[in-house]
Formats: sequence, structure tokens, C-alpha cells
Amino acid sequence: MSKTVRLVSENWGKIVPGSVSDYIKVGGFEALKKAIEITPTGVIEELKKSNLMGRGGAAYPTGIKWEQIYVIDKYPKYIVCNADEGEPGTFKDRLLLTEDPLKVIEGIIIAGYTIKAEKAYIYIRGEYPRAQEIMKNAIKNAKEAGFLGDNILGTGFSFDIEVVSGAGAYVCGENSALVESAEGKAGRPRIKPPYIKNVGLFNMPTLVNNVETFAYVPVIIAKGAEEFTKYGTEKSPGTKLISICGNVVNRGVYEIPFGLTMREIIYDIAGGIEGGRELKFVQIGGSSCECMPKELIDTPFCYKELKSKGFSVGSGAILVVDDRTCVVDFIKCITEFFVHESCGKCTPCREGNTQVYNIIKRFTEGKGTEKDIKLLERLSTTMKYASFCGLGQTATNALSSCLKYFREEFIEHTKGICRTNVCKF
Amino acid sequence: MKEVNLTIDGIKVTVPAGTTILEAAKKVGINIPTLCYHPDQKVKANCRICLVEVKGAKGLSTACSTPVWEGMEVYTNSKLARETRKTVLELILADHPMDCLKCVRNQKCELQKLAEEFNIRKIDFDYVWDELPIDESNPSIVRDRSKCIKCGKCVEVCNEVQSVGALAFANRSHDIIATTAFDRPLKNTVCVYCGQCTLVCPVGAIYEKSDIERVWDALNNPDMHVIVQTAPAVRVSLGEEFGLEPGSIVTGQLVAALKRLGFDKVFDTDFTADLTIVEEGHEFLERLQHNGKLPMITSCSPGWINFIETFYPELLPHLSTCKSPQQMFGALAKTYYANKIGISPERMFVVSIMPCTAKKYESQRPEMYSSGYRDVDAVLTTRELARMLKEAGIDFSKLPSEDFDAPFGITTGAGVIFGATGGVMEAALRTVYEVVTGKELKNLDFEAVRGLKGVKEAEVEINGKKIKVAVANGLSNARKLLDMIKEGKADYQFIEIMACPGGCIGGGGQPFGTTNEMREKRIKAIYDVDKQMPLRKSHENPAIKALYEEFLGHPLGERSHKLLHTHYRARDVK
Repeated sequence: MSKTVRLVSENWGKIVPGSVSDYIKVGGFEALKKAIEITPTGVIEELKKSNLMGRGGAAYPTGIKWEQIYVIDKYPKYIVCNADEGEPGTFKDRLLLTEDPLKVIEGIIIAGYTIKAEKAYIYIRGEYPRAQEIMKNAIKNAKEAGFLGDNILGTGFSFDIEVVSGAGAYVCGENSALVESAEGKAGRPRIKPPYIKNVGLFNMPTLVNNVETFAYVPVIIAKGAEEFTKYGTEKSPGTKLISICGNVVNRGVYEIPFGLTMREIIYDIAGGIEGGRELKFVQIGGSSCECMPKELIDTPFCYKELKSKGFSVGSGAILVVDDRTCVVDFIKCITEFFVHESCGKCTPCREGNTQVYNIIKRFTEGKGTEKDIKLLERLSTTMKYASFCGLGQTATNALSSCLKYFREEFIEHTKGICRTNVCKF
Repeated sequence: MKEVNLTIDGIKVTVPAGTTILEAAKKVGINIPTLCYHPDQKVKANCRICLVEVKGAKGLSTACSTPVWEGMEVYTNSKLARETRKTVLELILADHPMDCLKCVRNQKCELQKLAEEFNIRKIDFDYVWDELPIDESNPSIVRDRSKCIKCGKCVEVCNEVQSVGALAFANRSHDIIATTAFDRPLKNTVCVYCGQCTLVCPVGAIYEKSDIERVWDALNNPDMHVIVQTAPAVRVSLGEEFGLEPGSIVTGQLVAALKRLGFDKVFDTDFTADLTIVEEGHEFLERLQHNGKLPMITSCSPGWINFIETFYPELLPHLSTCKSPQQMFGALAKTYYANKIGISPERMFVVSIMPCTAKKYESQRPEMYSSGYRDVDAVLTTRELARMLKEAGIDFSKLPSEDFDAPFGITTGAGVIFGATGGVMEAALRTVYEVVTGKELKNLDFEAVRGLKGVKEAEVEINGKKIKVAVANGLSNARKLLDMIKEGKADYQFIEIMACPGGCIGGGGQPFGTTNEMREKRIKAIYDVDKQMPLRKSHENPAIKALYEEFLGHPLGERSHKLLHTHYRARDVK
């Protein structure tokens, strides 16, 4: 466990979540005070220096994002905190919300102060009722303590935060669908441009960041970018929360410095495969991301190295899969998820997922053909290049990687062989 | 405006900043295929049929939504772009019933056209379309939901152009569909039957309920005296169904075609439009002089009547009590005309050719039996008439020009302009001015109330008194005026409202694919017809004068009251 660190998770288990006095005792709201001292441009500079990447999955540099909205001279501006943690296998935001809600709130207040926003909405997925309650309570406490509301810390800056509940749609993790949903409409993505930063919530300039991104802000501001960049690698500085699940001994959320290898994560942090079984692959980043075969697990967990091998950090979900799992059946489950979660707006995602599912199902029934493999590849390409939003564009990432690394298993299924005996023909 | 230079398939193009790839390509003769795109609507980029490759861009770009930039290199025909477009189209086709041979949109379907253009010969995917029941619950509009391709054009027109909100997207993923609240039959929704959705639907998912078979039956019945009236707007749009340019005036051929179909008499709704002006003009003067409810609002657009009955029942007293010209025609046909030619109304079948789907509903209203029979027996849209002519093998291009029959074929220019937004107002002003002042109106053209602008205003001085009028076309614009009335901010005396953008020439029964550009051309044609008419004021119509002398007595008289006027009620749509 020594390979993990406690930076953004420093207060977990140490304070009563949402208690302002507890939070202040461990240095809470110091970052806000410092932010006021160094002014918005100072905050942006510090974030740029830290090279903090957006933690929702797209890994957009946070400092640059904030600066882009900072320079827009149009008001009111809004902030939306994306707490619609819907990527399967991801559960780190839930802990941020329930273990240290005021850290997230402080990050949002700093953002509000920096870009001169009027109000923030925390869009929490409907499946997290407890997190919603804790967050609402923490907001109330912060307001009573004068960290929210009118004239915060005598700066003349007034700001409020409201919790909005999602209703279960995965697509609402996409920032424009999230904004649509927060406005009370059906969660379907918008055309970009205009970008959310210019025309966002209620058509006003809007900053959308993930929970984890906001939570890192007070850490970086209070401790300084240098302290943050001490961890990690040059291109992927700092630490990251990862959610480990699947066939490992120690499932859970861990904070790790970037740069550990996947092997270290699986075997040292997560305690290896349950029952000493053989690793088959690890899916990094969530269901919308690629599956890494065991041969590649010496790859370090950081943006650049993963990308160069065709993988991504994504949401930080790490799903470890042992040799009992049938790749085809696994892809069937993933596709089922995307068939359910496609919003239906664009053709490639709406129809493509359904078609992929039908074909994969044929494989699990021993009825797939080699021609079907070609068809799957054609669908993958079409969905990747032609879908409206990230959902459709990434829905077949897992499939594509499995067709690349486990093609043989697909071919075996065309001959009525499932080496794991999961598929019953 | 800043100009941007780019290349499309190697061809240099210079266009203003903000132009989309689609528009820029069109300029150099490259037609990028589209499906969810509509020139009068917002860019949706749902269908992904217009994908092109842009050098340096991530993935492929939708030409409809991507603005050009300086130095952009676009490839519309690269292997990746072409193959991806084809796969996208196949995916749509695999979720579409493809019963093209018996579809109402056969040879008029945008999807079918794309399949032809894309050289589709086989579809590699499973057929996944769901057979859903067809909604034929109402007299006007049929929804064949199985054919919906989820483009969203009907949803936009219903919500944004018409502000009705009968249609919206429901469900998601493969089950997403443009439908009504709780998937209710249309008759149990706020739908006003304007039919604008039928114009924008690219496939056969929404169309009019057909009366063709009933009309054939009547025509084939030797005991029936079958007469037909044609609305003003049909004469400037029917030609499009036979390959003529939008705005072609085909009045004479239309008459000839109807005679060949076997109608015993071919009449003109312009006649009862003239009559409407006389009745409504007098009603207006009556209200003006005796402190009646003002502003008075016109009542000839049945989609509009449904709208006010649904959304603003408290404003119903503002409506003119005049029936629409279609219904005045039916009521007179089965009384005055039946009597004149000595045929029992029982043996008479009245058909109207309308640019409208709401007219079908109107003709079935219980108030519209004032002759003792159903006043108008069947309503055909412009499109349905075209289908009948094709079925009868009539070569429209070879038809001679023929004249309407008397007496209901004698009309004025004021009657014909009913077909365009502002026309009723203009026709009314021509008559009201002369009736009140007793002087001849010199300039008959009230330009201020013409054209596609949503809300138009004008002021006319009659006998020293200023009359302020307003004209709205499209129901979202009607809503603006109604809200003003409700807030007490409307200082108008007279308002014309047409449910459809552009008025009847842009009606829901007009040729599929009607755009604003086509509406403009049809409007121009309507005013050209008006200009060519020897008489251009309703009250000068000799047949109208004769009608009053022989039958009605005087405007707003007892017979008028019984046959030509109606009443309204709040509409219960549950």
C-alpha cells in the first residue's frame, strides 16, 4: 500500500464530512483565502503550472479551460460540477462527495471566484441519494459559515451552489447533455460549436468540470503547484484517484501518483488476482475504453504512455479481468450497456450499438461468421468517426481492442468453441 | 464581412466567414447529401449523412454544422467519408420498413432518393425496425411511426414554428421516437392539425388522411352530382407536383384536370372568399360602430381556430363569427345552388381541394352541417389531387386552360389573395374602405401586410379614423399577438391570423418538402393572379351581388347568420 498517496484524499476518514469546523481544522478554506490573495489570474497561473488535467475522462488542461472562460466578458456565468459519475467501474467521485464534500465545494468556490460566476450547480447522479444529502448539508454549512452566499470573506464576491439530481442517463456525463439535463430538458448532447464555455447553461458562459478536478484545486492552490508536480511524471504530473474493481483481491478507490505500471496497480495495490488466477486483460478508464492484454501491463499508468499504446486514463476506472471471462461475452455485456444508454439522437450510436449487439449475440450463440467480424470492424469505424458525441464515438473502443488482441477467440466462436465455456452453444 | 478561403475536393472556394461546408460546397457544384438538414430549420446534425473529411480534424465532420475556416481542406469523396456515409445510410435503412412500393412517399421520399444516389444494392445489417400501430385517430393526419427516421424536423416545426408542442422526442437509444405525450393518439393531444409536420417529414411517417377513395366513389356514382371547389393557394402549387417551378400559375389546367376527373361542376373557393370579405367586412364595421369585441380576428384558417380553441379559449369572442370560405361554399352549395339547379342536396357531393390538412377536420365539425347535410363531404389536399390525376393518367403538361363554372366560379383578385399571408386583411381593407367612404380606393396594394415576416402591422385611415391592423402567419407568431391582447397591449382593431407560415400557400396540404423559398415564389404568383383579375374587390363581384339579391338578402342577415356564421368552443383535448 505504500505506493498510494494521500493528497486529494488526505481528509478521508479523518473528519466529519460536511463539518466546516472539522474541515477548517485540517486546513480547509485556506486555499480560498489564498486564491483571493493571488487573484483570479494567479489561480489560473498556478493551475497551468500544475498541469492538472480534467479528471472526467477527456483530460483537458484545467488552467487553460478556466482561462478561456475567465476572458469571456459575458455575465452571468455559471459553473456545473459534473458528479454524474456514470462510467461503469468508476466510483471515486462518490467518495469525494461523501468523505470530503467541503473540498469539492471549496474548489467550486475558487472556480466561481476565478471566472466571476454567479452560481454553480452540482449535478449528482440520481443513484447517489446519500451523496446528494451530504452535499446539500455541506453547502448549507458552508453558507452558514460565510463561505457561500453574499460577500464571501468580505471580498464582495457572492456565490451560491445548488445540488441538481440526475435521472440515470449515462449520456449526461457528456458536458452538453449534462447542461441540457440540468436545464430540465432531456439529456441529449448539443451541437458544438458553440462550445459550452461560450453558450452553456441557460445559454450563458459555463465552466463544466468533474468532481475530482474541483477537489484537486484547493490542494494545488493551498500547497502550490510544485508540491503537486512532485508526484507523477513530467507529462502526467500529480496524483489520480483510481477505482479498482473486477477479479482482484482489494477492490476500492486509491490515490496513486501517475507513473506506476499497471502491473504495480494490479498486483501491489489491488493485491493481485483473486484465488491466484491468471490475468486475462485489464480495461482502463471505464466501459468506453480499451482492454489491455496482460502482455502490456508493464505500461505505466499515465496519459502519454497509455495513449501511445492505444489506451487511455479515462475516468481512472480499472477493471481487472481474469481468465474465466469470455471476451465475446464480456463485449456483449458492454454493448448491452451502450444499447441501453445511447440517447438515440444520432444514427451511428442509435443504430450502430443495436447492430453490434445483435452480431455479438450471434457469436455467443455460435452463429457468428468471419464476415461478421468484418462487419463489426466496419461498425466500429463508423461509430468512432461518425457519432455525434463521445458516447457513440467510444462505445466500440472495448470491442476494437478485443478484436485486436483477442481476435482468435472471436474466430473460435464462429467454430462453436468458447474456451472459457461461458457461451453455451 | 470577412471572407474565408478553403478548398473542397481540391477546388478553391471563397465564402463569408460563418458559412458551413455544406453551403460552400454547393457554391462550387458539390452536392453533399443531407437528410436531417432543412433550410428553414436549425442545424441538427443527427443523421450523420453529410459527413466529410476535413484535414486535421478529429473523426469526420458533418458538413451541415461545420463552419469553414481559413485554409480548410475538405474532402467530400474520400474513401473514409464515402464508406462511412454509406454505412450510416444502411443503418437507417435497416431500421426502416422499406415498403416503398406502397408508401405515400414513393418517389417523393428523401430516404429513397439517398438510397438511389448512394447506389445501395444490399444491406449488410439485420432489419431491426419495429412494427408500430398506425395512428389514424383523427380526420387530418396519419402517423406511421414505424417509418420515423428520428430526424426531428416535425418536432422542431411543431414546437418552434407553431408553438403547439404536440410532438416531442420520447425514449432513447433504438426506441427513440418523435411522438405525442404518453404516446397518445393525436386526437387526444393539443395537435391543431396544421400539417406542417407533413411538409418537413423526409419520409412517409406523417401524412394526411386520405379521402381519395371516397371521392372516386362519388365520381363513379351516376346518381351523384359531384361538385368541387379549389382553394386559391392550390393554383400556384399544384404545378410543382408535375415538375413545374414553384410559383407556376396553373389555374386553367387545374380546372381542366378536375373536369377530366369527372366533376360535374368546377367552382372556385375564391368566390366564397369574396363572400367572406363582404360578411366579415360588415361584421368588422358592426363591431367598430357598436363597441363590439375588438380587435376582431379572422377565422378562415382552421388550424388557427383549433389553436385558439385549445390554447386561448378566453379570447374566442375576438374571433369573427364568419365561417371559412370552404364551409360557406358547402353551406351555399347544398342550399342556394342545389335549389337553383333543382337537385336535392342529398344527391350532391361537395369536394374541396385545399392546401390544408386542418380543413379535413373542419369539414367534420358538428357545426358544419348547416345545410341539413354535411356541407363539405370530402377534402383533398393539393397532394391528394395530384395523386388522383396521376392515377387517372392525366398528363398535366398537355392540359388546355379551361374556365371555372358559374355561378361559384366568378371571382375577384381579393378572393385569390386569401391564399397568402396578409391577403385576407388586404382584401378586407379594399372592401371596408369603399363601403365606409363610398369613394374609390386608388391604391389597392397594401404592401405592408404582404410577405413572410412573422408579424406585420399597418395603419389605414378611413373617413378620418385610423384603423390599426396586424397580420400574423405561423402559430408562434399568432401567440405573440394573442399574448399582447391578453396583456391589454394590442391596440389593433383587426387582426389576420393564418396557422401556416406564409399563409395557405405554405399550408400543410401543399407539396411535400415545401420551403420558405418556395413559399416566397407562390406568394408572388398569388399577387400576379390578383393583378391580372379584371375585378380586384370582393364587393364588386357580380355573382356575390346576385347571391345577396336572390338568396341572402343582405350581409349579416338571417340566412347569412344561419349558413355563413358559426360559433366556437374551448377545445377539450384529453
